[in-house]
Amino acid sequence: MIWQFDIIILILMVVAAIISLRVKDLLGATMVFGIYSFLICLLWAEMGAVDVAFTEAAVGAGVSTVIMTATVFSTTRRSRD
Amino acid sequence: MKFFGFIAVVVVGTLLLVATGDFPGWGNPHSPASEGQVSGFYIEQTVNVTKVPNMVTAVLADFRGYDTMFETVVIFIAGIGIIAVLRTFGDTAGKASDYPEPDEGSDIIVRSTCHLMVPLIQLFALYVVAHGHHSPGGGFQGGVMLGASYILLALACGLPVAKRRMGERKAIVLAATGIIIYAGWGVACLFFGGNFLDYASLDPVLPGDKEMARSHSMLVVEIGVAFTVTAIMFAIYSNLATRGRLEKGL
Repeated sequence: MIWQFDIIILILMVVAAIISLRVKDLLGATMVFGIYSFLICLLWAEMGAVDVAFTEAAVGAGVSTVIMTATVFSTTRRSRD
Repeated sequence: MKFFGFIAVVVVGTLLLVATGDFPGWGNPHSPASEGQVSGFYIEQTVNVTKVPNMVTAVLADFRGYDTMFETVVIFIAGIGIIAVLRTFGDTAGKASDYPEPDEGSDIIVRSTCHLMVPLIQLFALYVVAHGHHSPGGGFQGGVMLGASYILLALACGLPVAKRRMGERKAIVLAATGIIIYAGWGVACLFFGGNFLDYASLDPVLPGDKEMARSHSMLVVEIGVAFTVTAIMFAIYSNLATRGRLEKGL
């Protein structure tokens, strides 16, 4: 475990998490959330939990992002309330 | 209200940070999880008892077989629930979306790249399933990748092209088959005098000794998991992307 690498990933993770909460565009938020998943996957791979990292890359970053994108495409730009 | 919310977040966050200080350090050999009897047994005996080098898969598919079986059932139920909620029949047009409707498979570059990539992804997914007990991976990861290859096909060439390969009925049957493979393998152990999911009792029918029987059984079980996960992933995507109409979508 290289702590410099860890710190960089953790800072980027916090930044990605805040951006995905603050961005108004849902598609953009989904993409940033995918980046967050990849970063946490990197962190796990680096800590030696390769199986967990593999699952995160396949499920969290891959399929979840696609499924959320598919959901975003059936929303409208403005809410009707 | 916002102020109280802020106070609550700060208080809970501080408590969590304080609690984190009591956790054992990363890789600490004296943490409670590492000092227990169970992890010691897994770490020392997995290769001797099951001949599987990847300890994670051995724990997942053999030592905790029940857990994984019902995890697969949970995925199956989640998929069936999503289909039951979203699927609509007849001409119920959804609300117009502000995002532009993508053209179905109009771009030749996207289509050709996808046709090149899909076989490679599927081949790698099958490798991940088949090699899951020797290297990282297994039924869940391989199944998700196999499902993702169908989703890629649906994204690039339109849903009808993907539906010809993995129709709705086929997906549900495939998902159920996966669970039947898993549970059926457990029942097969009963017939040979063992407990449910006690793979060592399948020794008479499988090549190799008792340990190899457990290794082979893990492969069978992983294949069952991969079936279910593949079908359910594609079913979830196709229902979400078309608002349950399964006609023209992303």
